[in-house]
Amino acid sequence: MSASLPIPVRRTGLVLLGLLLVLGSFVTAGPRAALLMLVGLGLGLVLEGLRFGFAGPWRVMVTERDGRGLLAQFVAIGLAALVAFPLLASFPDELSGAHAPVGFAMIAAAFVFGVMMQIVMGCGSGTLVNAGSGNLLALIALFGFIAGSFFGTLHLPWWTGLGSLPVYTLQGLFGEGAGLGVTLAGLAGLGAVVYMKAAPDKRRIPRRLWVAALLIAVFASLNLVIAGQSWGVVYGLGLWGAKFAQAAGMEVAATTFWSAPAHALRLQQSLLTDVTSLTNIGLLAGAFLAMRWKHNPDPQIAALSASSWAVVLVAGVIMGYSARVALGCNVGAFFSGVSTGSVHGWVWFVAAFGGSCVGLRLRPRLLISSNAIKTAAGGSGYE
Amino acid sequence: MNDPIKLQGQLPGRPVVGMLALGFILVLLIVDNAESTPINPFNAPPLIAVGSGQAPSGAHCTQP
Repeated sequence: MSASLPIPVRRTGLVLLGLLLVLGSFVTAGPRAALLMLVGLGLGLVLEGLRFGFAGPWRVMVTERDGRGLLAQFVAIGLAALVAFPLLASFPDELSGAHAPVGFAMIAAAFVFGVMMQIVMGCGSGTLVNAGSGNLLALIALFGFIAGSFFGTLHLPWWTGLGSLPVYTLQGLFGEGAGLGVTLAGLAGLGAVVYMKAAPDKRRIPRRLWVAALLIAVFASLNLVIAGQSWGVVYGLGLWGAKFAQAAGMEVAATTFWSAPAHALRLQQSLLTDVTSLTNIGLLAGAFLAMRWKHNPDPQIAALSASSWAVVLVAGVIMGYSARVALGCNVGAFFSGVSTGSVHGWVWFVAAFGGSCVGLRLRPRLLISSNAIKTAAGGSGYE
Repeated sequence: MNDPIKLQGQLPGRPVVGMLALGFILVLLIVDNAESTPINPFNAPPLIAVGSGQAPSGAHCTQP
């Protein structure tokens, strides 16, 4: 699909590529796999095509008092909650929410994740989307994320053993209807804080983000209806790392985490039968399709110094590791956790946002463009 | 206007890196195919979970 191809030809090719992914999933793994691939593609198209993200809006809220993206996140989560709460109550034996316990390691890991996601400029879903849309930094970070989330599985039992509370959900604490009410009230409260803190001209959610928030909520709800579980990212990436480690000769199946029946099954079976792997692949491919659909793709990121590329890789590893220990990333813990009533989702958000503020201070010190080095060598010094 | 396929400075353009990302997925699926038990198409789950009568069997990052 060269850039020199006429646009109609290129776009026809992109549509065929999307169809190939869906049909390929259908033929090899059945209709549910095809639907989940479609959901992943839809999420990737929306996230890249409509510029809906997680790490970026957190960053600009702090640095530019721009609250529009963060408010759109709360809208998307609220809309998803409006669907998820009644569904989980109506089909308790067929659907499960993203519910996890709050623990010492979980909170610390969410904080570390927040630091790292500002250094690599993307969260779990953002790294996949950015890699698919051709961002070289994100592709490097993705390799690190996959390795890190796999390493995290090797130590997860130890980390969770440090101490955690039982799993608390808002519907469990307050009842089904009130649990949803508390969730929406919490999101509205956070939204009010963001609205007041944001600059006056950066408070109103633009139409593009309203549409994106609605579509993200629709696709997340479809994920729940089709897969029986909430939208997630990190598990799939850890599984990918486990597959590579196994191929390299490591006895992955003998480890504590991967010998547990549910995980052993995933390790043994094809990735095309794994929910999060399917949506992750769709996410990355959807972002690629959105990027190539444009007349002129955005320019590549600025070249970094050699040490900065190493920082990106290491930060990706730490981000993957911490996401696994934190029991999810922006998607699995924050978006899906909050929208399905898990208390850990709220705690995750507070810890990760705090870490994000630290990451914003570290990033300019750790990521240095190669141009800056050349300028420094010429005697002008760093900016 | 720069050709996005060509190098921008020292880095490949977005289309090239995007293709590399897709290539990585292809390699992943090839490795997975060699490491996994073959998919039994007659054992595929129902189209959607809701109304299937089956408990969710997938794994999620919130599971310790």
